[in-house]
Amino acid sequence: MSRSVKKALADIRSNRFLNLITIVTIALSILVVSVFLLFFENASRVLESWNQGGRAMVYLDTGFTPKMLPQLKERISGLGRIDQMTFISKDAALERLRKEMGAKTLFFESIEKNPLPHALEISVAELSGFEQLAALAADIEALDMVESVEYGQGWLGRFLRLFNLFKMTGYAMCSLFLLIALFITANTVRLAFYARKTEIEIMRLVGATESFIKTPFYVEGLFQGFLGGALGVIILLAGFLTLSSGITQNIGAYVYVDIRFLSWPAMALILSSSTFLGWFGCYLSLKQILR
Amino acid sequence: MSADGGKANIIRLFNVSKRYGGKLALDDVSLDIEPGEFIIISGPSGAGKSTLLKVLYLAERVSEGQILIDGMNLARISPRKLPLLRRRFGMVFQDFKLIPNRTVFENVALVLQVAGEKPSYIRKKVMHVLRTTGMEKKANHLPPTLSGGEQQRVAVARAVVGEPSIILADEPTGSLDEHSAQLVLELLMEYHKNGATILIASHNLGLIEASIRGRNIALKEGKLQGISTMLY
Ligand SMILES: Nc1ncnc2c1ncn2[C@@H]1O[C@H](COP(=O)(O)OP(=O)(O)OP(=O)(O)O)[C@@H](O)[C@H]1O
Ligand SMILES: [Mg+2]
Repeated sequence: MSRSVKKALADIRSNRFLNLITIVTIALSILVVSVFLLFFENASRVLESWNQGGRAMVYLDTGFTPKMLPQLKERISGLGRIDQMTFISKDAALERLRKEMGAKTLFFESIEKNPLPHALEISVAELSGFEQLAALAADIEALDMVESVEYGQGWLGRFLRLFNLFKMTGYAMCSLFLLIALFITANTVRLAFYARKTEIEIMRLVGATESFIKTPFYVEGLFQGFLGGALGVIILLAGFLTLSSGITQNIGAYVYVDIRFLSWPAMALILSSSTFLGWFGCYLSLKQILR
Repeated sequence: MSADGGKANIIRLFNVSKRYGGKLALDDVSLDIEPGEFIIISGPSGAGKSTLLKVLYLAERVSEGQILIDGMNLARISPRKLPLLRRRFGMVFQDFKLIPNRTVFENVALVLQVAGEKPSYIRKKVMHVLRTTGMEKKANHLPPTLSGGEQQRVAVARAVVGEPSIILADEPTGSLDEHSAQLVLELLMEYHKNGATILIASHNLGLIEASIRGRNIALKEGKLQGISTMLY
């Protein structure tokens, strides 16, 4: 094994340019992938924090009277994991609205009949996602005493749909870049193999097994993959450090954002994938060359 | 294999022919060689000497006939077993086949690395063989920087370093002056004395005849012309 490692290092050194190109290609692909990963990790965390303790307002229909409240509460509780339910009568709602609008408005004086519906504010315990909240809302809306349910589905829903679309694009881009890196790695191995064709022929003639011949290529592939991955992550970290403080300062004042670098598992995933990529490129190439 | 009483034949050829395109490089050659024999394959250029050596270690496959090496039928050797067969041979190639971008030391060491020997043993053994071939001072040189004769000596060193039971040498003295040629022959004789079977192909018999006692196999246009025993 140590022979293969030494041999692989010597080969990388003797073929610096080609190896450098390969490592940089892998690094760039890994950079693209990890940028997406970084973005998704942070975006998911931020969205989750916004989405936490999902709240919904249940507007009740005009036929509803406060007497029916216990029955309603029971039925809603039966639908899912509801944390809290606060009844807001139409009078309380009007009072609240009045306060918010201020004493200046004469509008409220002029209406004799309260136009607001009774409402029930519910908060939902740990929902794993937006879809679940939406499903629950639909269930509640189906109850006959309920007029409508509002849960900020407007912007959050649109945003989540956009986010999912973006995620899809991200996956596609990542696959594309990984494929390119794989192709380049395989090609480097092929070139290296042909550059050593005589050497390999001679090794065979003096009794080298195929695995003796292949191992240095694999070690080289693993090295390239690992170095490429590490380089990609380092570039990402440098970019992250320069940009993230700015982002937090500017946006952090308006909304809650908590931007963090890739988690350890994510970094481990990236490094092992890039190492695997180096190995796999080598495997494909040698499989094709050696019949 | 030793059923026939005397020494089992280590190399047997049965009606071996080798065709390159339409040309017969070996034509119906049958031959038995006992372990420990010293064989000289002679004949003019193009007679098929190199081809005969090549089919023995499966650098080429025969077109017709059978070859047994130590009882193993070469036609039945799987690709996985091929390296093991080749490690039994030490080979001096007519065109040397040294790896140009590896040092003399590394070229010779390759045989032992391939066989999985320990680095400490490899270092000692390789330096010893380089000394006996007079190449120890050039251990760290690259083959293309050596003269033809020096490269040939490296090729011989590589052939003997693994202490193979059979040494196949294709024109091992072809580019050597008389003194170096004598040295190389003496080295091969040394291994012969220790029990190795040796086959030398040469179209220039003068020097070899003068120093070696063995069997001479004469080839011409791929055909076996005759086998004679040389006493001197
Ligand atoms: N790879 C090949 N392709 C086609 N023909 C070949 C090949 N190798 C050898 N030959 C032919 O086979 C014949 C025998 O060649 P071989 O190399 O065995 O001769 P030789 O006795 O070793 O000659 P020399 O003394 O010049 O080395 C020659 O006519 C040669 O042209
Ligand atoms: Mg020849």
